[in-house]
Order: sequence, then structure tokens, then C-alpha cells
Amino acid sequence: MRGATHVRWAACAVAVALAATACGGDGDGGSDAGAVLSASWGDPQNPLEPSNTNEVQGGKVLDMIFRGLKRYDPETGEAKDMLAEKIETSDSQNFTVTVRDGWTFSNGEKVTARSFVDAWNYGASLRNNQRNAYFFGYIEGYDQVHPDKGEQTADTMSGLKVTGDLTFTVKLTQKFSTFPDTLGYNAFVPLPRAFFDDHDAWVKKPVGNGPYLVDSYTRGSQMSLRRWDAYPGPDKAQNGGVDLKVYTDVNTAYTDLMAGNLDLADDIPAAQLKNVRTDLGDRYLNTPAGITQTLAFPFYDDAWNKPGSEKVRKGLSMAIDRGQITDTIFQKTRTPATDWTSPVLGEDGGYQEGLCGDACEYKPDEAKKLIEEGGGLPGGKVTITFNADTGSHREWVNAVCNSINNALDDERACTAAPVGTFADFRSEITERKMPGPFRSGWQMDYPLIQNFLQPLYYTGASSNDGDWSNQEFDDLVDRANRETDTAKAVGLFQQAEKVVRDDMAAIPLWYQNGSAGWSARLSGVKLNPFSVPVYEQIKVS
Amino acid sequence: MGRYVVRRLLQMIPVFIGATLLIFLMVNVMGDPIAGLCGERRCDPATAARLEHEFGLDEPVWQQYLTYMGNVFTGDFGTAFNGQEVTELMSTAFPVTIRLTLIAILFEVVIGVTLGVVTGLRRGRPVDTGVLLFTLVVISVPTFVTGLLLQLLLGVKWGWIRPSVSSEAPFDELILPGLVLASVSLAYVTRLTRTSIAENRRSDYVRTAVAKGLPRHRVVVRHLLRNSLIPVVTFIGADIGFLMGGAIVTERIFNIHGVGYQLYQGILRQNTQTVVGFVTVLVLVFLVANLVVDLLYAVLDPRIRYA
Repeated sequence: MRGATHVRWAACAVAVALAATACGGDGDGGSDAGAVLSASWGDPQNPLEPSNTNEVQGGKVLDMIFRGLKRYDPETGEAKDMLAEKIETSDSQNFTVTVRDGWTFSNGEKVTARSFVDAWNYGASLRNNQRNAYFFGYIEGYDQVHPDKGEQTADTMSGLKVTGDLTFTVKLTQKFSTFPDTLGYNAFVPLPRAFFDDHDAWVKKPVGNGPYLVDSYTRGSQMSLRRWDAYPGPDKAQNGGVDLKVYTDVNTAYTDLMAGNLDLADDIPAAQLKNVRTDLGDRYLNTPAGITQTLAFPFYDDAWNKPGSEKVRKGLSMAIDRGQITDTIFQKTRTPATDWTSPVLGEDGGYQEGLCGDACEYKPDEAKKLIEEGGGLPGGKVTITFNADTGSHREWVNAVCNSINNALDDERACTAAPVGTFADFRSEITERKMPGPFRSGWQMDYPLIQNFLQPLYYTGASSNDGDWSNQEFDDLVDRANRETDTAKAVGLFQQAEKVVRDDMAAIPLWYQNGSAGWSARLSGVKLNPFSVPVYEQIKVS
Repeated sequence: MGRYVVRRLLQMIPVFIGATLLIFLMVNVMGDPIAGLCGERRCDPATAARLEHEFGLDEPVWQQYLTYMGNVFTGDFGTAFNGQEVTELMSTAFPVTIRLTLIAILFEVVIGVTLGVVTGLRRGRPVDTGVLLFTLVVISVPTFVTGLLLQLLLGVKWGWIRPSVSSEAPFDELILPGLVLASVSLAYVTRLTRTSIAENRRSDYVRTAVAKGLPRHRVVVRHLLRNSLIPVVTFIGADIGFLMGGAIVTERIFNIHGVGYQLYQGILRQNTQTVVGFVTVLVLVFLVANLVVDLLYAVLDPRIRYA
């Protein structure tokens, strides 16, 4: 029976991907289209506004109650038209967007070009304190509504113009050929008038245009979402709804799953990874997600930025036994990295296995030699800084240090320096106070190679925490952004990535997987490349 | 009595100010909370500046403290980073924790005192030795071990209870967490009562009561127990504060969204407003509980009078 459902399911998924036809609800034996499932959740850090949500927990909700111009295919990550009828450009700088007719918000309001333009202007405007405002930074007029200093001089961005009921134009400040592909990000979804007219009420009970609507929301503990029966899109929900329950501790969620008190836990605690196969059997999923872990370097510190330093950095990289750490500490839920992007991009998207080459392989003898050639570790030792409050950072940083110490035959070569909270860790990074390499994790915003390179390594970019700067890299990225042919653009980005490799701007450690476990009631559970469950495709029996 | 209460209430003011100031400074020392709001990237400076201004973080610490205290007296505890008012957080968190604490205290009083009386009256007998051993085990095993073990046995293996508490947190779901939370204190209460009873059993007034020919239960309850409860009441009074603020571990295990959960999250996100607000209320609870304990002395022991 299970086998049969799986095959059925695969067929469905293919059908959805190809023809965007809804699947299910056609007498599927055990499945009950009206049944509600419960899923684990965490309290969103910021208010639940689309342009204010920059972490997974809030992202889960937005993914259920909103649909944007584009949507990333849950399987391949490819950006596909959702609300967009078409997005046209002749010069990669001026875009004409046509919104598909027939879409409404769940309160009945029609989704028009204005729904988008108003939402984007709201997100960019400085006075709304939106955490994701910089996503609109490419649009002309952004610097007037969001100046670096002082008051904003305009309310709306001059680059956005409504030209018809369902059409609007976007003018960017520079050529950016893959701009349409970034529009699947949550910050770019449309907003109903209710959002602006009665903002407080909206935040208490958000209204969107996705396959689910918010039934009730008790902040900090639970959100009940129900299927929106009149949803006009092709990806209708296959279940009656989802109850998201806030768990303080992923271990409790896992215990609840074991006890049959919870249907879906989408983050399996590291301590349980050993038992998960025996506990859940095939009701467990472990798939690559667009998350990478690296060690960044403080290039603002001359000790790490002098001739020969790149040899030291490369040596450190070769002193880390990635395979052993991912096997023992992470039970293979992470994969040793061999480039600076992520496997979820796919070959065509720019992921290139082994791009890093020898420099990412464990070669202790060569590592020692390289570090000596490069003038040795600054001051004879290296400190790895990390935040100790979440994840299992402490375990792996200690393991990395051990590996380095063994390779260098020096018990004191590497020490781990924990920082108590993420906020404190971030503020030390922002103040450029890192004494040595530090933990740097990157969760992609959209599945494009550009997102793995430009924000992290471009001169002055928002997540270039180490202040690495390289003219050749910047030029290649600029050229790639201007390039209209996608394959050529990806090739240029890969060239840029090789510049990162040759200078070892950051040490790639591993690609992170998303994991989920579910109860026997559910079938068709999948994680998208952002490691968020594809709720609308889950069937409940 | 009235003057005593007034004097005690006045003493609370400096304690209250000192405690809140300390907490305020400690949370501030942790660094810039805004930096944690933007994920793995630098907040853009303009937004960061506006957020700092909104949360009053751009002013000097002493001024922040004064503004904050001024607001607190008008009932405004500020806003958490997720846009929720701290008073709103309190109104959802405190009822849950109060229920949990009530259950825990009830366990301490009913089981702890009963066991204490039974063992105190039968010193050296097998019951006494058995209970002593049992309490020793409870005291030496950390709460999270007891909690996780009971959760696994009762919740998963035998399926008697739900391993986690729902968001409404009604009384019946809080029984097991309450027992876990109370366990260590319960053991202490047993031991305190036992020692106290055993000691007072040989005192003059008990001998007199027995000599008067009073029935045994009246001697035990009215004379012996009432006088033996003073150390126990002191302990339980102080424990109320501990149970309310220190339930972080228990609340995490059973996924209870109470004070411990809000404090934990507030500290992780360096949310000054949440942490200081909750701690301020906890400080008040401590102070009031202590006052009530002191007043209870006079009720329990006729020899104590407050002028």
C-alpha cells in the first residue's frame, strides 16, 4: 500500500511540475482531503510581514499563505511563473511584469499590479523598519526611500510604475539579468489593502493569496491554517489544514512525534539522528538544502591578509577532516563541501562538485607544509569564534580544532572561542572584532549561484563579514549580472567562484541537509530547497 | 502589625530598584541586540539606526533605565522585538506558570508534609529509612533527567499522558510537569518536616498536651505540626519565586509556554524589554512571598508578635 502511494505520489509530482495541474481529491483510497495535520514550529523572530521575515519559521507561514510572481519548484528549485503571466525585458534593466488574471486574496480582493507595487514600496520604505528592505535595493529610487543616513525624501520608488490593472514596470539601477528569478523570495509577494488600512489587525491574523488561510493565531504558541477552498492557483492544498505548534525544544517535538501527538517534525535533533531510522523507518527524510557552513576570515586584520596568507588558509582547509566530522557528529546529515555553492542549485544552476579540488581534501602533511610556507599561523595559533546558543556548533568547532591540531602536531594550535548568544556573535562580527576565523553559515534566499557569491564575497556586500575584497571577482560578478544568457552568466559566476577558491576567501566546510520525520498518517512529505516542508502536498489519511 | 507591614513594604522599594537596575545593566552588557535581528548579514545601517531609536537603544544606559522605569509605573513594559507588547506576553505566560507553580506547591505541601509527619513520628523505622533513601535519590537526580525519563515512560512507552502540554495548558496536563518541578523541593520539604517534627515531639508543650489526655491526632495536628511548620513555610515561601522563575528546564522539556520559556527566548534574543519586564515581576513575587511568609510566622507560632 505504501509503495503504491509512493508511485502514485511521484506521478502526481511530475504532473504538477509539468502541467501545473492539481492532483488528488480524486478518490485516493485512504487519504482524507479534509483532515488536518499538526507540525512543529518555532516562534518567528520578527513581526510576520513578508518583507520583515528573514528566517525559516516565519518563512513557513508565508510560504503557505502567499504566492508571488514566481515560485521555486519544491523539487528542483527552479523559478517558475506563478502569478506572473510574463516578465519581459529587452535590456536586463527595464522589466515589464504582467500579472495573471483571476487571482484574489482570501478576503476576496483582486490581486492587481498595485498589490505588488504597494507591497514593494512598503517593504523598501525606511520608516517601516523592514529587515528585508535591501532586497529592493536594485530598484531605481531605492536610495530616496531608504537613504543610508537621514530622512527618506520619497515615499515610493521611482523605478516602479503601474501601467495597467495587471501590468507594471520595474526599472533597475543596473543590469541584472536574473532579477526575475529572485522574485520568488517572500519579500516580493503582493499585499492586500487590508494590510495597509488596518495593519495591527492584519499582523494578528494575516491575509494572503496562498493555498491556506489563517484560521487562528495565538502568538508564541500556535497557528491554525486551513485550506482555502476557493484558492485559484494550481497547487491546491491536499489536506484540510495545518496546525503549527511552537516547540521550545526540538527534542520535545521529536518525543511528541514518537508519542503520536504530532504529525510532522521538520528538524530532527542531532542527538536523535542515531535512532531515527529505527524509530521512524521510511517516515524520515534527509535531503540537501541550500545551506552551507564556512569558516570566514577577518581580512581587516593584517595578520590574516598579508602575502602568503592564502597558503595558510588553504593549509587550514586541508587540515580539516570534513568526512569524519560529518559522519560522526552529524550522522551524514551534512555533506563535505567541495565548492562554495550548494548541490540544490544543480549542475545547470552553477553547482560544480569538486571545484575546490585538493584544497578541500584532508591532507594533513601537505597542510602542515603549506602553513609553514605561508609563514605559519599568526602568533602560532588560531582561534575559531562561534555562537554557542544554537545548533551543534560547539561540537563541530571542537572537532575542527582537533583535526587541525592533529594535522599540525600541536596541541595548542587551534582553540574554540564560544560567544554566548547569536546576537552578541553578530554584533562582534559587525564591529569587526574577530580575532581569527569565525563560523559563517549561509542559507540561500533564492536558488541562484549569484546568491551564494555576491552577498558573501563582493566588496562591501551585506554578508561579506570578513571584508574580503578582490577586483577580479567583483568584475566577473558585474559581468555575470549583465549577461542575458543564463548559461553564460552561470559560467561567469563559476569563474568568479574560482577566484574565491584561489585566494581561499573562506573555507567551505559542508552542505547542510534538511530533515523531517512524520507520523504514519501522512504521505507525500517533501522538503523544498529551503528545508521547509511542502505542506500543501502532504496527504493525511 | 499594620506598621510592620508598612515598614516592610517601604523596604521593598530600594530592593526593587536595585534588582531591576542590576538586571537592566546585565542585559545591556551582553551587547547590541539589533545585530541578531538580520540573520547572517549586517543590518543595513539606516534600518538598524531606526530600530535602535524605536527601542530606545540609542540613549545612554542610565537614561534608558529611567525611561523604562517611568513607563513601568504607568503599566507600559515596552515591546518585544517581534512587535508584541511585553504586557501581552506576560498575560499569556504568567497564568500558565502560576497554574504550574500552584500544582507544584500543592504537591510539596500535601505529599511533602504528609511524608514528613509520618517519618518524623516513626523515626528509625523501615518507613523512615525508606522515605529518606527515596528523597536522597530525588535530590541527587537532576530535574531534567527525572523530567525526560517520566516523559518518555508515561508519554511515549505507556501512553498515559501527552508528552507535551498544549498551548492552553489546563490543570490536568500540568500534573506531571508540576510533579517534576516540585520533586526536589518536595524531598526537601519532607526532610525539613521530618526533622522539625522529630525535634518538637520531645518538647514540653507536646508532653503537656499528651498528659492532658488530648486525642493523638489533635496533639499531632494542632500542637506538634503547627509549631513544626515554621521552617517548612519559610522554605516554601522562598520556593514560590524559584518555581516561577526557575521552571525554565521543566517548561522546555514539556513545551510549556510560560515565564521560563519567555525568559529563555528573551535572553537568547537579547530582548532587554522582555527580560527586564519578566524579572521585575518575579522580583515583586519574591518580595511579596517573603512578606507573606513572615506574617505567617505570627499565625503559626503564638510566641511571635509583630509590632
